[in-house]
Amino acid sequence: MPHGLTSLNAEDIEKVAHLARLGLSGPERDAYAQDLSRILDLVSQMNAVPTDGVEPMTHPDEAGLRLRDDAVGNEIDRDRLLAVAPKTRDGLYLVPKVIE
Amino acid sequence: MTPTITKIAEDLAAGRCSSRELVDDALARIAAQAPLNAFVTVDPEAARRDADAADRARRAGAGGVLAGVPIAHKDIFCTAGVKTTCGSRMLADFVPPYDATVVGKMKAAGCVMVGKTNMDEFAMGSSNETSYFGPVRNPWDRDRVPGGSSGGSAAAVAARLVPAATGTDTGGSIRQPAALCGITGLKPSYGRVSRYGLIAFASSLDQAGPMAQTAEDCAHLLSAMAGFDERDATSLDVPVPDYAAGLGKDLKGLRIGVVKEHFAEGVEPGVLDALREALREYERLGARLVDVSLPNSAHAVPCYYVLAPAEASSNLARYDGVRYGFRAPDYQDLEDMYKKTRSQGFGPEVKRRIMIGTYALSAGYYDAYYVKALKLRRLIADDFARAFTQCDVLAGPASPSTAFALGAKNTDPVSMYLNDIFTIPVNLAGLPALSLPAGFAGGLPVGLQLIGRYLDEARLLNVAHRFQQATDWHARVPAGL
Repeated sequence: MPHGLTSLNAEDIEKVAHLARLGLSGPERDAYAQDLSRILDLVSQMNAVPTDGVEPMTHPDEAGLRLRDDAVGNEIDRDRLLAVAPKTRDGLYLVPKVIE
Repeated sequence: MTPTITKIAEDLAAGRCSSRELVDDALARIAAQAPLNAFVTVDPEAARRDADAADRARRAGAGGVLAGVPIAHKDIFCTAGVKTTCGSRMLADFVPPYDATVVGKMKAAGCVMVGKTNMDEFAMGSSNETSYFGPVRNPWDRDRVPGGSSGGSAAAVAARLVPAATGTDTGGSIRQPAALCGITGLKPSYGRVSRYGLIAFASSLDQAGPMAQTAEDCAHLLSAMAGFDERDATSLDVPVPDYAAGLGKDLKGLRIGVVKEHFAEGVEPGVLDALREALREYERLGARLVDVSLPNSAHAVPCYYVLAPAEASSNLARYDGVRYGFRAPDYQDLEDMYKKTRSQGFGPEVKRRIMIGTYALSAGYYDAYYVKALKLRRLIADDFARAFTQCDVLAGPASPSTAFALGAKNTDPVSMYLNDIFTIPVNLAGLPALSLPAGFAGGLPVGLQLIGRYLDEARLLNVAHRFQQATDWHARVPAGL
């Protein structure tokens, strides 16, 4: 990774926090800017290792990624799932209005 | 004092005690040791009911070695009808409508759950200090951490509150607390134990496993936990051996690879002394020591702190205040609801990791961070494959230090991350590994990490078991219980 990327300022943090849908206060932004810059410094040690031509490894090779049959399996009914939701009405999840 | 599962099973079979007595005893110990803060939830009523059912089943002639044995589950496993918090405000009131596969399997084996153990929030931490429910204290020294993230399970077993508990291990979360609390903890091969109903942190690394006093007990527990599960896309469809039946084999001719990079600067001298003595014990048992090298494992922590947060940022996107869990009380619109819910529901370490992961996956940085880390992961896994051409198991420290003081590292994320330097490479490669008690340094337990070939849990457990037949470190208990 190019140099200079590992120093994040409060504005960078605000962008990342927005992507992650996290709301941060001003002092939090400054603290996270420091923490994340230090973590990225640690991470940048990866650059010391040449990896040209190495096949990326997303998960242990021995574990397959199995596909299952596309079959209906309603193991848990709707009422039990909705019972753990913060707000519901008439069998639906309730959220603030998104379309005027 | 709470005996081992092996002893409990004998006593139950001979009618010398009942499951109800064991459960009542466990509940009394948990209450007496409440200041350890090892449990988030205790369910005495359900535990007594299940114990009575186990006793009835036994009288009717049913039940295997685990039938009627009290256990605790880390609060990351979904338990139907029992609160499952994952150590977070986000799930502080979450009552799952279903059981994790591990929970269901252990229930089927007759285990009686007495409660749910405290943990670092969403399993992100190495000291148990990130829990929304406060830190767990180490039974060996209550001003010290138990390790993390399965710190509640480790402390509960070390303080002999329960004979066994479940844990999960993404970067060392079973082995490091097992080491710091002086118990035996096994992280199985990736895919060996189902992840269904285990609240996800980093899905390509997460694996559940047993924590108990001895390797023999872990063998019984693993036989019950492991096995193919259609509901986990990376579950392995291979037979589960009777791990306990395979114990007791001679170690003559066993080649133990001593990892050069793990016996080096940065490890406390007292830890190194204890481990060298443990290796001498293995030589006395007939094993041969072989020097091996894992040159790329030095880069495992940087690699992990891209991959685990990247996967976490994706997995934790589900906590939006809509379908389950916490929702902020006041908000203007949908986006404001998301942001307030997530800011108030997650603690600082979880937010830190979500942001690191989000950054590493964001446009312009994906190749430099995420793909680079995946390539390093391959090199780290290849190192293990090479080492295992020269030896049968690898040995080294589970943690560079014994238990550190509460508050000593939780203000500096990087120094906390470096605790897992010896455990993280194993998760990246997907291999099985365990930590077993191997002595003391300054009055605190030291853990020996043994790493095995893929799906070679049986050998790992036997190698640990033989050591425990020749030593009594695993039988030591903290003062003041």
